Amino acid sequence: MNVPDIKKYLRSEVMPTPFCKGCGHGILMHAVLIAIDELGMEFDNMLFVSGIGCAAWIPSPHFAADTLHTTHGRPIPFATGAKMFNPELDVVVISGDGDLVSIGGNHLIHAARRNIDITVIMANNKVYGMTGGQLASTTPHACITSTTPEGNPEREFDTCRLALGCGAGCVARYSVAEPVKLRRAIRNALRYKGFSYVEALTICPTQFGRMNKMPTPFQMIEQLREVCVPGTREQVMAGDVPEGKVYVGEFS
Amino acid sequence: MNESISRNAFIGKRMNAKRDETKQEKRMMAGNAACVEGALAAGCNFYGGYPITPSSEIMNLMARRLPATGGVFAQMEDEIASIAAVIGAAWAGAKAMTATSGPGLALMLENIGYARATETPCVVVDVQRCGPSTGQATRPAQGDVMQVRFGASGDCEAIALAPWSVQEMYEMTVRAFNLAERYRTPVFLVTDELVSHLHELVDLSAETAVLKRPETRGLPPFGDSATNAPTPMPRFGTGERLLVTGSSHDEWGYRKTTDPTVQRKLVERITSRIAGDRNEIAEVEEINTEDAEIVLVSFGFSARSAYAAMRPAREAGMKVGLARLKALWPFPREAIRRLGDGADRLIVVEMNLGMVRREVERVASCAVSGVHKNTGEPISPREILRVIS
Repeated sequence: MNVPDIKKYLRSEVMPTPFCKGCGHGILMHAVLIAIDELGMEFDNMLFVSGIGCAAWIPSPHFAADTLHTTHGRPIPFATGAKMFNPELDVVVISGDGDLVSIGGNHLIHAARRNIDITVIMANNKVYGMTGGQLASTTPHACITSTTPEGNPEREFDTCRLALGCGAGCVARYSVAEPVKLRRAIRNALRYKGFSYVEALTICPTQFGRMNKMPTPFQMIEQLREVCVPGTREQVMAGDVPEGKVYVGEFS
Repeated sequence: MNESISRNAFIGKRMNAKRDETKQEKRMMAGNAACVEGALAAGCNFYGGYPITPSSEIMNLMARRLPATGGVFAQMEDEIASIAAVIGAAWAGAKAMTATSGPGLALMLENIGYARATETPCVVVDVQRCGPSTGQATRPAQGDVMQVRFGASGDCEAIALAPWSVQEMYEMTVRAFNLAERYRTPVFLVTDELVSHLHELVDLSAETAVLKRPETRGLPPFGDSATNAPTPMPRFGTGERLLVTGSSHDEWGYRKTTDPTVQRKLVERITSRIAGDRNEIAEVEEINTEDAEIVLVSFGFSARSAYAAMRPAREAGMKVGLARLKALWPFPREAIRRLGDGADRLIVVEMNLGMVRREVERVASCAVSGVHKNTGEPISPREILRVIS
């Protein structure tokens, strides 16, 4: 198979990336760029907006396109303003779970409701990586984090269910353990007219894995393979996910 | 300027403005409506906002007027999103603004700091109401003087204009847009419930110089580090591959978060260009100050009370003048220092407990006192006269 050359989309002067060894964000970055290449999108007409956190560094400064690295939690309204003023721009938000779902959750639900024509790619590593492994609103129940040393007493968001509940017309979730399916979902999201949302389950061995008996990237990828099960829109909407599992698929 | 201009000062007496006879018109309108007219005259083509008393009329009018003039109106989910959308739109090429009041401004401040760091031109109208907190939403105050100056984190210089009439709501909104373009920074129009809801005759016929944003390519997006002057504001979608970040960055936008030189140069860039033009930006209107022993220092609606108190004081033989701050920030240090050197006493008149007075005390060599009120009521001329005599 011909693998497209994605170097042309990257600022070589900022390489290597600042990501930790074993970080899943490189797989996601690759999937996004291949999807863009496959669609033949004009990179100079694309705007990548991100917030604060490790995943926000996927586009900024690596992508050789227009990038807007914003304040914590706010990339979606920045993107909304840019897209509303210039609808010709292809606007993509790439940021993390803490950024888009915890502090920025209000903007996520309103963008989905408003059906603004942007694509949001949420890298979910289930933890605040950059600040030292604190609890996120996406951390599964009972997991150990810096701020839940006895295990998370709360339950986590199913962010795809949230987006669907707000009326999003194009919602998908795959993990970096299935990069081909993830790429296909991103491609379909980029093509979609209206608000599209892709949750990319990714791995953080440094902060999350070490505290939860998965210190190596290999163990974390294996765990993603185990917990991800194919699901339908109806199953996600109903919230009847089997214990310890997470539905993946394109839910629209 | 002297007393003879009388009350017309409030209804649009304009200095040095050329008139276009063909479109001369005086209309009765509220301050907030004049602000909208000024924004449109200045080329505003994006508004992002969230309702809050007493600024909401600006948003309501924008919702009708902007789409009709080819602009874009966005009602966002909160004030944080409003200013975020404004900044996003500005980078997409818009002349963008928002309007709010004290509590909403508090929510916007992080992103206003972002706009300063990223040299994003935009206009933020703050219609002050009585605080702290929710306070008295429909009552006037001037309690945001320090919030607009110091509310966001880190070192910065702020530009904040302070209109006292409906005419100035129009003219200063135009000026706010021009200053935003010229210095590539967010500019505040700091008004209050009274000036915003006041109805007066407004003359919209004067020619209004409007700064156009030049289209340039290939320049560093974040200033000329030799002169600290801003480079023209670029926009997304033109192949410039812009790197915009609120993290410390060099003039090309590359994030350098541990480099002391980059950090120093960034702060120098965004502060020195405003501080260096302090005297030009911070206009002070002086009335009867030539022989004044007592100079009232005021701004916004309170300056009207001070103006009204001046006449009976003069008639009673007291040499009273008025220094009206047309801009709060950068603070007009030199003008206040000079007035303090020539007078026996400066009396600051403001609807707060002494925010501008603190600045005046820092620079004036003479005695400084104040007439302060934060009860949600305007200061009456009588209250000022009691302090003068």
